[in-house]
Amino acid sequence: MISLNINNKVYEVDASPDMPLLWAIRDLAQLTGTKFGCGIAQCGACTVHLDGMAIRSCSFPVGAAAGKKITTIEGLSEKVGLAVQKAWVELQVPQCGYCQSGQIMSATALLTSKPHPTNADIDAAMQGNLCRCGTYQRVRSAIHRAAELIK
Amino acid sequence: MKTSPSTIDRRNFIRLTGITGAGLMLGLSINVKGETNVEHSANIAEGFEFSPFVIIEKSGQITIFNTRPEIGQGVFQSIPALIAEELEVSLDQVTIKQTGGEKKFGGGQSAGGSASVRSSYNNLRQVGAAAKAMLITAASTQWAVPFGECYAESAKVIHKPSGKTLGYGDLAEAAAKLEVPKTPQLKDPKDFKILGKPSPRPDVPLKSNGKAMFGIDVKVPGMVYASIERCPVFGGTLASFDDSATKKVKGVISVETCDRTIGAQKSTGVAVIADNYWAALQGRKALVVKWDYQGNDTFNTKDFEQTLRDAAKEDGAVQYAQGDFDKAYADAPVKLEAFYETPVVSHSAIEPMNCVASWHDGDQLEIWASTQVPGNIMNSFPKTYGIPPENLKVNVMFSGGGFGRRLYPDYIHETVLLTKKIGKPVKCIWTREDDTKLGPFRPMTFSAMKGALSADGKAIAFQHKVISPTLDGKKDFDKTKADGTMTEGISEQKYEIENMKNLFVHQYMPVPLAAWRAVTSTTLAFAHECFIDEMAVKAKADPMAFRLQMLSKDSDTKNVMQKLKEVSGWDKPLPAGWGRGVAQYEFFAGLAGYVVEVSKKGTGIKIEKVFAVIDLGTVVNPDTVEAQVQGAAVMALGAATKGGIIFEKGQTVQSNYHNNQLVRINEMPKVQVHILANGGPNIKGVGEPGLPSFAPALCNAIYAATGKRIRRLPFDINKIA
Ligand code: FES
Ligand code: FES
Repeated sequence: MISLNINNKVYEVDASPDMPLLWAIRDLAQLTGTKFGCGIAQCGACTVHLDGMAIRSCSFPVGAAAGKKITTIEGLSEKVGLAVQKAWVELQVPQCGYCQSGQIMSATALLTSKPHPTNADIDAAMQGNLCRCGTYQRVRSAIHRAAELIK
Repeated sequence: MKTSPSTIDRRNFIRLTGITGAGLMLGLSINVKGETNVEHSANIAEGFEFSPFVIIEKSGQITIFNTRPEIGQGVFQSIPALIAEELEVSLDQVTIKQTGGEKKFGGGQSAGGSASVRSSYNNLRQVGAAAKAMLITAASTQWAVPFGECYAESAKVIHKPSGKTLGYGDLAEAAAKLEVPKTPQLKDPKDFKILGKPSPRPDVPLKSNGKAMFGIDVKVPGMVYASIERCPVFGGTLASFDDSATKKVKGVISVETCDRTIGAQKSTGVAVIADNYWAALQGRKALVVKWDYQGNDTFNTKDFEQTLRDAAKEDGAVQYAQGDFDKAYADAPVKLEAFYETPVVSHSAIEPMNCVASWHDGDQLEIWASTQVPGNIMNSFPKTYGIPPENLKVNVMFSGGGFGRRLYPDYIHETVLLTKKIGKPVKCIWTREDDTKLGPFRPMTFSAMKGALSADGKAIAFQHKVISPTLDGKKDFDKTKADGTMTEGISEQKYEIENMKNLFVHQYMPVPLAAWRAVTSTTLAFAHECFIDEMAVKAKADPMAFRLQMLSKDSDTKNVMQKLKEVSGWDKPLPAGWGRGVAQYEFFAGLAGYVVEVSKKGTGIKIEKVFAVIDLGTVVNPDTVEAQVQGAAVMALGAATKGGIIFEKGQTVQSNYHNNQLVRINEMPKVQVHILANGGPNIKGVGEPGLPSFAPALCNAIYAATGKRIRRLPFDINKIA
């Protein structure tokens, strides 16, 4: 049994330590907001926060997450995350929506460390999050909008 | 009380909307509080059915059924909005339920061909208008006042002179007993409150908080997980396997063979069933499988491209002819020829193919899936599996992208075969590697172009010859015929060129092929509109003026071109090193065009500005249209500039996003979208038309900036010079 703190709740999961954190979150803790897209840290759909840092949960062993604070899309409750979600709805960012949990988690991590990101900052922080529907233009605008909302 | 009282004569109304029969209510449902859940049966208490699409409960709760799968194109708003507008309710006053192919909701329960809104625009408005008329009649009868003194607003009927009101819930029972009006009065578009205005989509909050339920998120009691190892060679199949190591993996339950049929190909794979997905993947890795390639392990892209080039020398079948192309071309003072090539590409929706299916009680089947075709599943699966149609339930979930891939239910069949075999609900998820390697793919098309000009530089003859396989993957194609899909749009452009002869040459390709967003227009428009540009250059004419000169008659294309000229400031000079290009394409899904401005940047090209014009006739949600066109531009940019799919030894070389790249945020140009909605009888599509003309506009701009003509996709945008 591995003890995971996800969104301030403790989950005891029966997993081998090398199981990717993604599958522990989705199949064992049954939080399905975090998505599977590639399994090799290429798409960002599985992005969660580990002690506030954005990580790709598909490529992070669950054993290494024990004792750390994991936040998923379902657990965003701080000012920045809520502002990002608000901006996302205001600007109607999602199309199919599948990549958007990951986009929001990456954007929240970015704005937490850089409250006023430039376009270059956005490029650097969001490059790991693919969107096949092509919502990038609105993702960028919504990050700038969230920065305003946080002020 | 259950649903509607039986005293209603609904027959006329049924005919009006093309609906027959009855069915169950199930599927994805969303309420105003933003909760989403999968409903296994209707939970409507004391609801009165005004048509299959509208139920009003005594409590005032209004339910509208959405028949079109939501794959990102916004139908979860735009389809219910058609009913809500006429019913005089706002979308936050209603619960939207997703239909699952049930007969009573009629045909068209699919997402494809950019058809959803345009094919529903009139009949779904009539559904809303009829229900509203019945509610007003019920109120005026109760008040004993003339119908004409009452009107509806915000789910209430109001008596104008007295100001009395009654809510829809209070009127539902009496109204539902009334005859359904045959020709209800539709609203004047100038009075629209929702249609034509940028409106928020009810699925967006759920897609911003992780609550939206996609196929991959479904969990049902007793469910097990599956991952399937399939033959990497197209046309190969299973020879034998050893699962002794697999069975030692913790969590693995069993190993089963499983067939996949896609297009004309059928192959047997090996499925590992486990109590979680990770265990299934580990078990799959431990399999030792021997494949029988059946001699199909030699096919490769390089040789096939040469085959297509050679096939271009064939005469081909005539797809369309006007005037006398051969004579006009032979006699013309100025002629030109060019050959264009495009790649195979993948759909690569970020939600991999997946399905949950449960075979139970002998002959009952329930499916939960992200799919574009619930109607087809409902029609064909009962026959395939030998069960009565009423024993099948399909739950349509949000799709994490479709782009044509989810028109093909091969992944759903696999899951059904597995649940039937093991008698437990199964969730089967493809890995990204499965999704990338196994297709189906958008085929390439090669185009041999010919054009002729008069001495004064006017286009007098034009030929587009398409050389390609067909989507159905049939080997024995009748070479005397031209395939409509593979020649899509090439004879539909509005340019007035007197002599034209368009041709098709078939060449069989042994990999599974599929429609891709905007289908064949995505490759044909590149050849077509770049070659028009070549003709303009040869005529020493401005590419915009050259096109407009061939558009003397009024047409939507002419309007698009003029709008592009205006919004892009076409005649304004550009900075040194910049170039601009234009292109448009009209095809079955609709019509759009682009002006792209680029600049030289070192050895490569930077996209500076993108102006898009899409012609719709009538627009339902301009905000969704803007998003769809921007998304289409991104997808087109990727197909034009990323590597594409390559085959070697009968297999796909690419495997995941690291070697099958998609456009990322840092590569996204700003796309300014303009919508033409000037009325007219034809409503055009939204989801696809933004794709075809992007690549040719970009390549025409690159020519203007650098003098380099790009005739083969993909190209490396960072290495043009
Ligand atoms: S699923 Fe983790 S980055 Fe793609
Ligand atoms: S919204 Fe569909 S993949 Fe991003």
